[in-house]
Amino acid sequence: MHLRKLVWREMFERKNQLATSFLAILLGIAVVVSIKNITFYSEKAVAAQLDALGANVLVLPKSVSLQDYYSADMQNDEFPEEYVNRLALSDLQGLDNLSPKLSVPVKLKDRGFTLTGILPKSEFQAKAMWAGAGIFSRPAEGCGTVADVPGAFRPEAKEMLVRQRVIEDLTDTEALIGADVAAILGTKEGDRLDVLGRSFTVTAVLPQTGTVDDSRIFAHLHTVQELAGKGPVINAIEIVGCCKEISGGLVQKINKLLPDAKVVTVTQVVDTQVKTNGMMARLSLIFLGIIVLVGGASIANYMYANVFERRREIGTLMALGAGSAVILKMFLLKALLLGLAGGICGYILGTVLAVALGPRLAGIPVLPMPMLVLWAVGISVAIALAASYFPARRAARLDPCATLQEM
Amino acid sequence: MRLEAVSKSYSHRGRMVAALDDASLEITPGDFVAVVGPSGSGKSTLLLVLGGMLSPSAGQVFLNGRSLYDLSPNARADMRRKKIGFVFQTFNLVPYLTALENVQIPLFLAGLDEATQKQRATALLERVGLGDRLDHKPPELSIGEQQRVALARVLANDPEIILADEPTGNLDPETGQQILDLLAEMNREGRTVVMVTHDPRAAARAKRTLRLQAGRIMPTTN
Ligand SMILES: Nc1ncnc2c1ncn2[C@@H]1O[C@H](COP(=O)(O)OP(=O)(O)O)[C@@H](O)[C@H]1O
Ligand SMILES: [Mg+2]
Repeated sequence: MHLRKLVWREMFERKNQLATSFLAILLGIAVVVSIKNITFYSEKAVAAQLDALGANVLVLPKSVSLQDYYSADMQNDEFPEEYVNRLALSDLQGLDNLSPKLSVPVKLKDRGFTLTGILPKSEFQAKAMWAGAGIFSRPAEGCGTVADVPGAFRPEAKEMLVRQRVIEDLTDTEALIGADVAAILGTKEGDRLDVLGRSFTVTAVLPQTGTVDDSRIFAHLHTVQELAGKGPVINAIEIVGCCKEISGGLVQKINKLLPDAKVVTVTQVVDTQVKTNGMMARLSLIFLGIIVLVGGASIANYMYANVFERRREIGTLMALGAGSAVILKMFLLKALLLGLAGGICGYILGTVLAVALGPRLAGIPVLPMPMLVLWAVGISVAIALAASYFPARRAARLDPCATLQEM
Repeated sequence: MRLEAVSKSYSHRGRMVAALDDASLEITPGDFVAVVGPSGSGKSTLLLVLGGMLSPSAGQVFLNGRSLYDLSPNARADMRRKKIGFVFQTFNLVPYLTALENVQIPLFLAGLDEATQKQRATALLERVGLGDRLDHKPPELSIGEQQRVALARVLANDPEIILADEPTGNLDPETGQQILDLLAEMNREGRTVVMVTHDPRAAARAKRTLRLQAGRIMPTTN
């Protein structure tokens, strides 16, 4: 016999009375777990969609519209490159990639192309390290996250440049060229290419994208600035922001940081989904409130009744020499077991619901999330313990005589 | 064990009811005392006060020379666990535990390990003649058997003092006799037994009888 066994036996012998409280906590936890689970995968789906779009926030000069940028990709207006540093060294959350760009028109073999200067990721990392903590050391939230690609020109690196505008390394004599450029000029990887009087090594030919990128020549930003004779300026910063932070006002925050620039998002495509996710997050908060209230009240009510019903047993235990600490522990341990059971079963039920309903409700595949079991058990145990504290204390303070005298 | 001018009054519906009135009493180790008296005369109250369960309104209770009610409640609980055993008229077995587990409770409270608990509890149940009822729960036992489980439980921590409140009150004469035999045996082992009873034949088993009337201890007759 030990306390755990005593508590366990009592619970098991009278499981019918426990059922209501157990169900209340179980259902509450199940609903929140399934909402959280579906929301997570829905956010992931949004992230994947944004990923496919590349950048989703653009910083442009005041005079340029989003339309201009996407149709022509060429403006005369510029702003200082220093804006990139301001962003990189700020404490803004949710900036996954920053890619500053400067584009200048060039003529090669009488055909017009665009020479676009970009900044490789290695230079940001250097800056970030120098600042102690920077953008790339922030925990990425699984949203447009950048995988590290060591060795710049693996096939994945090209893919990254095309889709996420990120490249690890780029020296000032290296260039990457779009599919159209390669086709028209007949240039292959490893060839040399002269642009604006500078000789570049073509380190990669990018796959066809069907966008203006196909007629671009990418080179190091600082090289392009030098060749264009424009000084340290750029005409756009493309940003991959996290969808969550974007809906949480990332654009306004960037605007505040860079008052002389224009900040626009390209999230319209996924706007409704972002809104749904926001709603789901609020819904799960509301449900959390409900389980805390309903589950907690139900457990507290059950515990008070249980203490009252067992007052004779408590008196007997005290007569046998149990101190108040033993009695207190007895009821808190019961609450702990109730909370554990409610949390684990709630997690299982919620996960089953999410996996079954996710594809039907949100149109996305949903997988179980083992991390949520910690969350479920934590919340459930906390509620059960909090709700049982006062009943347990009442039990520990019972007058053993009064409970033994009454018949 | 000594009571010095102990009074205990309850307030009942705003009126004070004196359950014990200036009771003084000395019980030497190894004594077997029967407490008799009409219903409501304060017998149960006396037993609870003696057992450290109910603090008196006035007066003092000494156990081995120490004033019981000057101890903290938890120290008193310890004292009960080590020295005092209660037997109740209604047995007060824990209904969801088996006979064996009920007897294990004091051993568990004393912090013994499971194996020792089982071994000792089994021996005690065998001693009261219930070696074949270890895994029965109280509802599956006869009333006499339940009281014997309660006696085995009382013996678990080898108490110096056994306080029994009408231990045969709910039993038929024959099973009551078995219980009285067991109590007498415990007394022969050197334990002090204080037993409240209505039954003159039960009182006759004791070494002396104490008569209570309206909370007062009457002069002894034997
Ligand atoms: N908890 C209580 N509250 C109020 N009055 C009580 C309480 N317990 C006992 N009494 C009163 O104290 C007196 C003595 O009770 P008790 O010691 O139980 O007597 P006995 O055991 O001799 O029948 C009785 O009048 C009873 O009504
Ligand atoms: Mg009585």
